[in-house]
Amino acid sequence: MQRRTFLAAGIAGANVACRSRTSRWRFFTDEEARTVEALCAQIIPEDQDAGAVTAGVVSFLDRQLSGFYKPLRETYRRGIAEIDSKAIEFEGRQFAELPLRSQLNLLQRIEKDPDIRPFFNLLTDHAMQGFYGDPRHGGNRDRVSWKMLGVPYPPVRGRLRYDFTDPAKGEKPWL
Amino acid sequence: MALTAVNAVVIGAGAGGGIVAKQLAEAGLSVVLLERGKWYSPFDCRKDDLRNQRTSVLGNGFGPDDERNPRVTVDLVGRERILGASRPGYQNNAACVGGGTLSYGAMAWRYMEKDFRMRSTYGHVPGSTLADWPISYQDLEPYYEKAEWEIGVSGDVSPDPFHAPRRKPLPMPPLPPNREYEILHPAAKRLGLHPFDIPMLRNSIPYNGRPACMRCRWCVGFACEVDAKCGTHNTVIPKALATKNCELRTECVVQEIRTNDHGRATGVAYFDPDNHLQQQDADLVVVSCGAIESARLLLNSKSRLFPTGLGNRHDWVGRNLQGHTYTGAFGLMPEPIFDDLGPGAGIAICDYNHGNPGLAGGAMLANEFIRLPYQFVSMVPAGVPRWGKAHKDFMRTAYQRSIAIQGPTQEMPVFDSRVQADPVVKDFWGIPVARLSGGRHPHTIEISTAMAAKAEAWLREAGAIQTWQRLSGPGLSAGQHQAGTCRMGDDPATSVVNRHCQVHEIPNLFVIDASVHVSNGGFNPVLTIMAIAYYASDHLVRRWKGGGLA
Repeated sequence: MQRRTFLAAGIAGANVACRSRTSRWRFFTDEEARTVEALCAQIIPEDQDAGAVTAGVVSFLDRQLSGFYKPLRETYRRGIAEIDSKAIEFEGRQFAELPLRSQLNLLQRIEKDPDIRPFFNLLTDHAMQGFYGDPRHGGNRDRVSWKMLGVPYPPVRGRLRYDFTDPAKGEKPWL
Repeated sequence: MALTAVNAVVIGAGAGGGIVAKQLAEAGLSVVLLERGKWYSPFDCRKDDLRNQRTSVLGNGFGPDDERNPRVTVDLVGRERILGASRPGYQNNAACVGGGTLSYGAMAWRYMEKDFRMRSTYGHVPGSTLADWPISYQDLEPYYEKAEWEIGVSGDVSPDPFHAPRRKPLPMPPLPPNREYEILHPAAKRLGLHPFDIPMLRNSIPYNGRPACMRCRWCVGFACEVDAKCGTHNTVIPKALATKNCELRTECVVQEIRTNDHGRATGVAYFDPDNHLQQQDADLVVVSCGAIESARLLLNSKSRLFPTGLGNRHDWVGRNLQGHTYTGAFGLMPEPIFDDLGPGAGIAICDYNHGNPGLAGGAMLANEFIRLPYQFVSMVPAGVPRWGKAHKDFMRTAYQRSIAIQGPTQEMPVFDSRVQADPVVKDFWGIPVARLSGGRHPHTIEISTAMAAKAEAWLREAGAIQTWQRLSGPGLSAGQHQAGTCRMGDDPATSVVNRHCQVHEIPNLFVIDASVHVSNGGFNPVLTIMAIAYYASDHLVRRWKGGGLA
């Protein structure tokens, strides 16, 4: 019990150290996250199967932008702002506040815009990684996309026939 | 401070270097094998679909890392970019003990007789340096056999009437067919083609003290969890170490090959794992770093006698960089055919490697390895959007019904497709990085486009209700099949090494990897790299007279 209290205190302290206010995001502002979520909902929409939002693609992006994709932070910050400013320019409201139909129209326009298209293509690719990639990276929650495609989760075929322990490392059987 | 001198230092513990180290160590030479990467074990197999050697969107699974190993690429309109090692266009090959053989798809092809006589077969191709090899298939045949039996190959090429003469069959039978194989085999027969089981460096039965493949989907790009994939890391390198004559030093980055005033190599300078510069003297130096890094090392090894780098008197080092131009087709079957039975690839034809009217070569065609979900995202036909509801519908309905056939078109070598040492950009250790420039020959594109049509026809015959082609652009080709940058030849004016992989200008310096390939066959190159390594080592050992070459 004491140990748990200590850990909780440590985590709270770390949060205070990194951010001035509590946020569920490591990189995105709440406003950015809302725009990105709306964009991802268009890229991989919900239907009879889960879409990008349910699969936690925004969490994937947020996590990778604090990890391997850290060099792309500025690209994201600028790209999100540009999409929102286009939304205001053409539809009078931020992207996430638009009706779904208007969002789609705007994205089709963005796809033809050589200035914003590269960011949208990048976001699309990253959203696909978060949706179809391994849950270990923070997306594809509960393996929703793999269930949709009918891809069995590991343990893989034949694995039970093998003993994976490495006695040289003092490992014990885990099966 | 110099380390104790040895007979041979081998740079690079991949397909070539691993074999050379073992052959020399067994012959009694003292050997130091230097590798810039780490030594992974089957227990390091991360089944990570976004971070592996095939799909590296979140980094390379087995190196090199993005932070310390940049390269410069120059595209066809002259735009320069500095790339991290996992980025598209970097032309990466793994950096680890075993090199590419730890995580490859493991197809184990012998080139065909004509692949060594491309110029004699097809004549001069304008704009290409296409030439005959100075050695023939017959010269390599015993060494192909040695590789097949010592490293371990399964498969059955006997139904293929086009394969070159061979003395022995493969040591292991093929894996049982998967569903794709069962569909494609009769279709190929109906077309009058000659399908057969792909030879693979993969155990189909227990062999060499390691178990059989467990048929998982995590194959190409991944280390094998059960150690059924056969590479140099689990065959010849352990054997080399067992002789006690070979010392493997990992995470060592070679800065340059040193030479003396008599024009002979004296050893290497390298950075150890703590980034301290070390000097390792040796009677022989063998460069086995892969076509890009081998050329880079020779070019970075400058001295008074060799102001433009070693072996580079005639400006041939780094030239003729090539790989394979992969094209093919996807087919959508009326019913789900996904059976999750790895490795996926199993059936091939060699009907189109040669003899295509008007074309200087061709490609082997085979069904593709299992496509992991993210890999399938970009495999949409024209007309299907790349995002949105329609893309998701396509993924949902097509994933389990798709078959892919593709093949590695043999490329027409281009003199200006090349590796240089970049004049500005340096890596973490301060060594000039590889600068890659050039593109594919137009005839390569022509051949590969014809191959895609052949693949598509095969899929149609197999009952695909929709097919679409995957074609190639004109940009530079190298990748994991990189080759050609230190060409083997009899004439020192138009090649870098002689027929025994010995650098023309420097009698105790050898390049033994795919750099020496004159052309790269219409096949995955690894078995040829291995065969050349045995062949060149054999010659080296025969000429070795304690302390030097006779």
